[in-house]
Amino acid sequence: MSWLHLLILLPFIFAAVVPYIYRKFTPRIHTGWFVLVIPLVIFAFLLSFTTAISNGNTAFSTVPWIPSYNINFTTYVDGLSLIFGLLIAGIGALVILYSIFYMSKREALNNFYVYLLLFMGAMLGLVFSDNIFVLYVFWETTSVSSFLLIAYWYEREKSRYGAQKSMLITIFGGLTMLAGLIMLSMMTETYSIREMVSQAANVPSHSLFVPSMILILIGAFTKSAQFPFSIWLPDAMEAPTPISAYLHSATMVKAGIYLVARLTPVFGGQSEWFWIVSSVGMITLLYGSVNAVRQTDLKALLAYSTISQLGLIMSLLGLGSASLYTGGEESSVYMAAIFAAIFHLVNHSTFKGCLFMVVGIIDHETGTRDIRRLGGLMHLMPISFTLAVIGSFSMAGLPPFNGFLSKEMFFTAVINAAEMKEFGVYSIGNLFPIIAWIASVFTFVYSMILVFKTFRGKNKPEKLAKEVHEAPLGMLISPIVLGLFVVIIFFFPNILSKYLLSPALAAIVPTLAAAGETNVKISAWHGWNIELFMTIGVIVLGTIMYHLLKKWYRIYLFYPENLTLNHLYNIGLENTEAVSRRVTDRYMTGFIRDYLVYIFAFIIVIVGGAVWLSDGLTIQTSGDAPVNWFEAALMIVMIITAAAVLFAKTRLKAILAVGGLGFLVSFFFVLFRAPDLALTQLVVETVTTVLFLLCFYHLPQLRKEFARIQFKAVNAIVSIGVGAVVTIVALSANGKRLFQSISGYYENSYELAGAKNIVNSILVDFRGIDTMLEILVLSIAGLGVYTLIKLRLAGGDSNEKVK
Amino acid sequence: MKKSNDVIIRSVTKVAVVIILTFAINLFISGHHQPGGGFIGGLAFASALILLFLAFDIETVRNHIPLDFKVVAAVGVLISVLTGVGAMLLDHPFLFQAFGYFKLPIFGKTELATAVLFDIGVALAVIGTSITIIMTIGDDR
Repeated sequence: MSWLHLLILLPFIFAAVVPYIYRKFTPRIHTGWFVLVIPLVIFAFLLSFTTAISNGNTAFSTVPWIPSYNINFTTYVDGLSLIFGLLIAGIGALVILYSIFYMSKREALNNFYVYLLLFMGAMLGLVFSDNIFVLYVFWETTSVSSFLLIAYWYEREKSRYGAQKSMLITIFGGLTMLAGLIMLSMMTETYSIREMVSQAANVPSHSLFVPSMILILIGAFTKSAQFPFSIWLPDAMEAPTPISAYLHSATMVKAGIYLVARLTPVFGGQSEWFWIVSSVGMITLLYGSVNAVRQTDLKALLAYSTISQLGLIMSLLGLGSASLYTGGEESSVYMAAIFAAIFHLVNHSTFKGCLFMVVGIIDHETGTRDIRRLGGLMHLMPISFTLAVIGSFSMAGLPPFNGFLSKEMFFTAVINAAEMKEFGVYSIGNLFPIIAWIASVFTFVYSMILVFKTFRGKNKPEKLAKEVHEAPLGMLISPIVLGLFVVIIFFFPNILSKYLLSPALAAIVPTLAAAGETNVKISAWHGWNIELFMTIGVIVLGTIMYHLLKKWYRIYLFYPENLTLNHLYNIGLENTEAVSRRVTDRYMTGFIRDYLVYIFAFIIVIVGGAVWLSDGLTIQTSGDAPVNWFEAALMIVMIITAAAVLFAKTRLKAILAVGGLGFLVSFFFVLFRAPDLALTQLVVETVTTVLFLLCFYHLPQLRKEFARIQFKAVNAIVSIGVGAVVTIVALSANGKRLFQSISGYYENSYELAGAKNIVNSILVDFRGIDTMLEILVLSIAGLGVYTLIKLRLAGGDSNEKVK
Repeated sequence: MKKSNDVIIRSVTKVAVVIILTFAINLFISGHHQPGGGFIGGLAFASALILLFLAFDIETVRNHIPLDFKVVAAVGVLISVLTGVGAMLLDHPFLFQAFGYFKLPIFGKTELATAVLFDIGVALAVIGTSITIIMTIGDDR
């Protein structure tokens, strides 16, 4: 177990302690101060990797988890995972610092920080895992913690709606991704991503190549809110703003990007991958930026802008995958697109994180995020205004902010794509720069809306609930830090490039890295070229459109509400619920007798059917030991007792007869020299008889039942059928040996487990995980009985909402 | 209140419970080499407690054994899981069990096995669950 493993587990471990800290210190010290230590430690630790990674090294360490299935908790640090790790820990620290001032002490902070730490640990695990199953577990954990955080204010209807939506969409994507990953592991016969990459050359010829690629991409697209799965992200904005800044703009939504980047060496260079990733990215870019302009809620605007920016990064990864095309000559030209993707990913995290925090401040200080009610805040909140300008201008791609650099590189990439000859691009390629340019104009417009509609214009104090003033310093620190990064990265991009971006690039395109082509220089000024003219065009047209916004805003109203993706989702959800309810109501009758019929009918059909179909009915008596008179007598007594149950007039007699039958069975165990079983049977029988007697207290008098013939006939068929099937199975199992007995292995228990009692060493050692899960199920059953009986909800069934 | 008429069962119980409990613990400890183990030991322990519930009433027993058996069950499961995790911390697979022979002052050469720790978890889970079920059903009047 390496330090990195401990570091990934650290947030989980600390999450277990948070509730106690919360209870102990609540009114005096904000819980966030304790939590803040965790991301700082992780960040400092990850920084120590930087030099080694930038020199081209990687770190690798493994802890056996389920070694018999080749599932191990393997961590792998390379440029790509390091950059994500640093973002997760760094932005995490800033967000927690910010949340200390944002979240009031009256909130349920224990829940908040537990969920947040769960997310942080899961996200770190995701980016550092090398084993696909471990990666999948962490992937779903991020979905679950995101669900919990969106529903943090669960009293609100909209929070619950948003949480459910994000859960349904991202978990659906996670499951398809799992299927895709399993297919991938079938193709490469390994669960390790590193080994998959090393076998990448054999993958494309396999028949599962396209299915697995599409399934994995659906997973990545749902997580990264790509069109048409993007609809969950705007509703996720019901989460507290620190969460929106952290999960829904800086880290979690980038998990899909991470996955695409991570698997680029496996799938990249193929035309399907190129087309799907880059076109979905382009559509998302355009869809997000066009929709962002119409939003009146600041957070919704940022949500759509995040969708659009994620589309941008995704399309860059798609375009850049062309560099792995083996027949191409100008691979390094396309590789620049991947570099731009990583660069923009970092830039987006800084400026979008900053913007979210500013919007949070506005919400916190004015009580609203509605643009129509805001205005003229420039003089009241000068620092927030400055930060908003830095963030939005960077988002719009203006100098001197880091967004300008990556936006220029994006333009370069799309222009290169227009001239691409591979993958049958030709004339369609011209669409790339056009879409990119239109989307950039809209990006410019909404960035201006964000700044000027809120901070310029007339102040409207009558529409605000409270008196507005600048936020406290503590709340401003985090956005200031991010804002500083936005500016610093513009002036010194090559330091970032040398230590983080180039190693990450090398991790995405390992074959080119080996050829030493991954050193990219970023420069703010590269002459009067097309990219610069494109940017100038964006500014000019964007400014005109911003000023004429009122004139053309109406075109948004033409789009019918019924055709939106949201509407489709809602209709789909309603219908699924209605149909499943109809189906469920048909068989969930509420009568236990019916349920027992289902269970036993299944036993008859499946077990009996299997025996019948496989010709399993063989009765062999040759190997049996002779029956002595003692055993025969015992059997006769047992039959009599069993029959007595049927003819018992009162419940008490029936219970005693069943108990007696159990004790008689334990006699058989004694006869056959299985003292363990006999003991267990005896005690279990004693306890269950007591249980029956207790239940007996609640049951009505047993009386002769008068039922319809049909009813009785079903009962008869089911009971006789089950009896027959069990008897047949027991006899056939004795008569047929399909496999060699495994008991020989356990006979060595004294050498293997140091125990002379085979039964117990099987229970606690050889099959320990079974026992562990059994006692877990047992405890859950106990709690189930407890809640069923003790928990009487106020109002009975009336709290269920019925439409 | 009706005067209770169960002198015999109460007197017997007082003695029998001690015997059953001793036997339960013996079953548990000897489980490594002789018939017994966590499950059966725990169940025997639980049956002693159930006898107490039958002979006396639930309130009396609960006052003398102020344990929340739901928690006992949870602690049991937790112990079992943690023994598994403990193996992972020492670079072994999950739920790896070790054993060794040690010289102890009174017992002489004795075998100590981590499986026993796991078994304690099993026993506690069984005791906790069975008593929880019996008590909830019995208590519901």
